[in-house]
Amino acid sequence: MLNNNDNWRTWRKSEMLDSLLAFGGLVLLRDSVEWEGRSLLKALIKKSALCREQVHILGCEVSKEEFHEGFTSDINNCLVYHDLFRDPLNEKMGRPFLGGPLGALTAMCRRTDPGPVTIALDSLSWLLPHLPCTTLHQNLHALSHQNSSPGGSSSVQQVCVLGLLHEELHGPGPLGALSSLAQTEVIVGGTVGQASAYILCRRPQQRPTHQTNWFSILPDFSLDVQEGPPVESQPHPDPHTSLVDPMTHLTFNLRLSKKEREAKDSLTLPFQFSSEKQQALLCPGQGQATSHIFYEPDAYDEDQEDPDDDLDI
Amino acid sequence: MDSAGSVVSVAPQLLIQSAGSRSSECSRNSITFSTSPLTGRSRQDVAWSRRGQSRERSCRLHPGRRAHDPGKLTLLCDAKTDGSFLVHHFLSFYLRANCKVCFLALVQSFSHYNIVGQKLGVSLTVARERGQLVFLEGLKSSMDVFFQAHKEPHPLQFLREVNAGNLQPLFEFVREALKPVDNREPAWRCPVLLVDDLSLLLSLGVGAVAVLDFVHYCRATVCCEFKGNVVALVHDSGDGEDEENDILLNGLSHQSHLILRTEGLSTGFCRDVHGQLKILWRRPSQPTAQRDRSLIYQYKIQDKNVSFFAKGMSPAVL
Repeated sequence: MLNNNDNWRTWRKSEMLDSLLAFGGLVLLRDSVEWEGRSLLKALIKKSALCREQVHILGCEVSKEEFHEGFTSDINNCLVYHDLFRDPLNEKMGRPFLGGPLGALTAMCRRTDPGPVTIALDSLSWLLPHLPCTTLHQNLHALSHQNSSPGGSSSVQQVCVLGLLHEELHGPGPLGALSSLAQTEVIVGGTVGQASAYILCRRPQQRPTHQTNWFSILPDFSLDVQEGPPVESQPHPDPHTSLVDPMTHLTFNLRLSKKEREAKDSLTLPFQFSSEKQQALLCPGQGQATSHIFYEPDAYDEDQEDPDDDLDI
Repeated sequence: MDSAGSVVSVAPQLLIQSAGSRSSECSRNSITFSTSPLTGRSRQDVAWSRRGQSRERSCRLHPGRRAHDPGKLTLLCDAKTDGSFLVHHFLSFYLRANCKVCFLALVQSFSHYNIVGQKLGVSLTVARERGQLVFLEGLKSSMDVFFQAHKEPHPLQFLREVNAGNLQPLFEFVREALKPVDNREPAWRCPVLLVDDLSLLLSLGVGAVAVLDFVHYCRATVCCEFKGNVVALVHDSGDGEDEENDILLNGLSHQSHLILRTEGLSTGFCRDVHGQLKILWRRPSQPTAQRDRSLIYQYKIQDKNVSFFAKGMSPAVL
């Protein structure tokens, strides 16, 4: 049982990053123009490096120097940076597009180094337009399910693939396809100047779980978990499961009681033709003509002229 | 290069002042951009001051600066209005700051930019003659692509190609224009690439991904290798029907360090308020501890300058 707020926040801070890295597989970081996700990506990279894991970074969008900003030299020494920023399409070298990101991804898939490893892809939004979608998905699947069995052992390496994705750049198809590949999905958002991470976890043979953490990232890319704004102002509704039952607090009735259902079932619709109705129409009884029409003509209705006088009949 | 020989990148500092300012850095009611050396101020300062009994407001925005800022991409965006006044101001600013400027002018003629530049105190003709300004006049050069033979690929060679997706000649033109040369030429300050405008490339048949790749290579070369800046204008259709333009705009937004978005007023045309300007600072690789990175001002374009004021604070309505 935690005794003070600082310990609780430290525990929450560690829990958030640990939960994202612990299970492995593909962790999809979805960000937007207003709420960038590269800071969270670097916070996760720092966490992995501090745990003495191997960290490989495929840098496509920013330069190596810009990406290393904010990290200490100890952290930077732990990072293996594959720089695709300066010449991603091999244009400067005059060679056609042969290696580049596909070659780098393929090389990552073939790595045989032992030990847990974290692979950061910065970013998937850059890779998607430049690689065939199926190729990228195959490579992502291979990356996040790398097995190492030296000497015939059946041990499975802990591989965590962090993929940064700018969600405005892609349609629902690619987004959905990548979501289906991901074991963990993090949607970076926020409100009123406070950033939030909506985390959706999918585990085999378990129901998906979700939670929202309010956080801020310090200049050294440490994570600071906040209390956050009230629940009502959370910006991200659950995209996959309902949080609130829409059937409550309705002004109309969607359910019928037993008595109401019996009355409904026994009701004869006006245009439903049955044998009883047929008999009633063919043989009108004494009680059939129960309606009368009472008409009192107005004074000007007594027009002696025949309206058909003008017809030549 | 400064006097010590180190590379100093000029990050634009927005100085927005209302009437009556006595700053030597700006003329009356103008957007001015200071070229003061980068002295390491690391946080934003927003200072409001009331000058005597006047209602005038001055707002000085200091983006974070460090001694060796590696170069920035500034995205100019306009929606339901014309944001080209920002292009003219950035052009005049960087020329006055003694920067080497490569201007890809695809929309208007040289004389148009020159006439506006003269109103802002710069002569594009003089700048071009002394080698400070490299001007690609898209309207005129497009004719050369079709009616003149070239040994080397023309920067607008993509106009003749069936699949207009190769902007490599245009990138080579930019790199050649801004690459550091030997010491025989005057020592210009940081190189700057200015593009007016990138949406036009989509209209000419270039795909959004190709344009993004072009800007990517310009960033890698001009910003990172040459330690310069890139400023580009993109239009926002706003209706969501132009998917290619939306991809281009969003892709550039994610690459940008500073986004200046001009918008028309939602209530329609106004004689005294021509639109509003949203300023959004982004550091793609740096976290921002506080989310007060965006500001909104309204503006009125005058003959030789632009006046800015807080929302609802137009002198016409006060």
